[in-house]
Amino acid sequence: MNETTSIDLTFWQLLFAYVFIVILWMIVRVKGIPREKLIIISTLRMTVQLILVGYLLMIVFENPHPMITLVIVLFMLGFAIYNVYKRASVAIHVSVKKAIAVAMVLGISVSMVYFLFVVLQLDPWYNPQLFIPISGMIIGNAMTGITLGVNQLLIGMREQKEKVEAALMLGGTPKEASHSIINEAFDSAMLPTINSMVGMGIVFLPGMMTGQIIAGASPVSAVKYQIAIMLGVAGTVAITVVIFLHLAYKVFFNQRAQLKFSDQ
Amino acid sequence: MLLFRIENVKVNEIIEVSQLEIPANQIVCIIGKSGSGKSTFLRLLNHLDSPDEGTIFYRGNDIQQLDPIELRRSITMVPQTPVMFPGTIKDNLQIGQRLSGLSTADEVTLQQALKRVSLHKSLDTPANDLSGGEKQRLALARATLLDADVFLLDEPSSALDSDTADEVIDAFIDFIKSENKSLIMITHDLGLAERVADVTIEMNLYSKNAS
Repeated sequence: MNETTSIDLTFWQLLFAYVFIVILWMIVRVKGIPREKLIIISTLRMTVQLILVGYLLMIVFENPHPMITLVIVLFMLGFAIYNVYKRASVAIHVSVKKAIAVAMVLGISVSMVYFLFVVLQLDPWYNPQLFIPISGMIIGNAMTGITLGVNQLLIGMREQKEKVEAALMLGGTPKEASHSIINEAFDSAMLPTINSMVGMGIVFLPGMMTGQIIAGASPVSAVKYQIAIMLGVAGTVAITVVIFLHLAYKVFFNQRAQLKFSDQ
Repeated sequence: MLLFRIENVKVNEIIEVSQLEIPANQIVCIIGKSGSGKSTFLRLLNHLDSPDEGTIFYRGNDIQQLDPIELRRSITMVPQTPVMFPGTIKDNLQIGQRLSGLSTADEVTLQQALKRVSLHKSLDTPANDLSGGEKQRLALARATLLDADVFLLDEPSSALDSDTADEVIDAFIDFIKSENKSLIMITHDLGLAERVADVTIEMNLYSKNAS
């Protein structure tokens, strides 16, 4: 890696950045938009959370241990699953929740083992400086993808109930009857990842790459990491969503192949 | 020969049938007031729903014990509001065959199925461009291409004018008789029921909502 001097912000420089929030706060106040409290709270939360995580990561990086790395990644995974439940557009049936948890644990684990051990070949494998942020990106993207997939599946089953039942009446299996809804949910889950791959480097520079460049890495080295990450993210989202959809469509049918949970 | 035997079937707050037998190879019309449970009854026969209590026998077998997919391939149903799948008329005819586990028919056979229901349209016409009545006829044509023994039709002529309705229903009954199949059809048209039915089931007798 071609090291250059990284830029460290001083306390005052960082403080100047808060001027943006002051401007935002003033605008909503003048315009009478009741969001002042939310802006203050979210700014404070962001600041405190990031400072805490910064110190936590510093301690973890200075004392690398496989258990600590794994516990942190498991915590992120658990939080991501909880977030998917919270962000669903309608109430989720407990069986759909199980499908989400199984798909995320299985899909993310399989993809991460391959990505970290075969592609990145970390040494040691639990190197927290790479393991934790990369896991975070993969888990975060899988979370976004699966949330979209869950919503589309639930909406599809509710709005296309007649079509599903018409396919059953004609002698189709539940899988055949849900085929187009499953495809739409997969599409919806994958589109943000596909779109961001298309626009990457032209429309925007991805956060991780920007961060690496600011921190002094050579752009070419940052780009190589970014490409690997994007491929890993696309693969993880695809695997996780496929597992989820494979498990979840069955929840809407009982053992007699009757559509039962279209309102869930 | 007996097609269905219904024993002590209850669907809460909708229907209650203590004993009913439906013979095979007949034209059976189901009549009754709105909300009397006619569609619910047809859904039970197609096994889209199971009764809360009681047993339905199909050719002597408890339908709860039969494979539900195979059962629906034998007892097909056309809902009152016809469902169109994306694509052309041809796609819609062929999807029925694929869902039913059959290989798809050639264009000549598909055209014959359309002619049977007096739908004079090109196979390449987008299905969603059709009117309500045309969609209803396409759904009927799709059913005739299946390898079913029993056809359950929920108000098959509700979107058709009376002349077309008579023409389409008569052609469908000809198909049922020539192929030695069974037809169970819901209708509001008492004249039609009187004219074509071998057996008429008055749903009001089994309805919990009928006074």
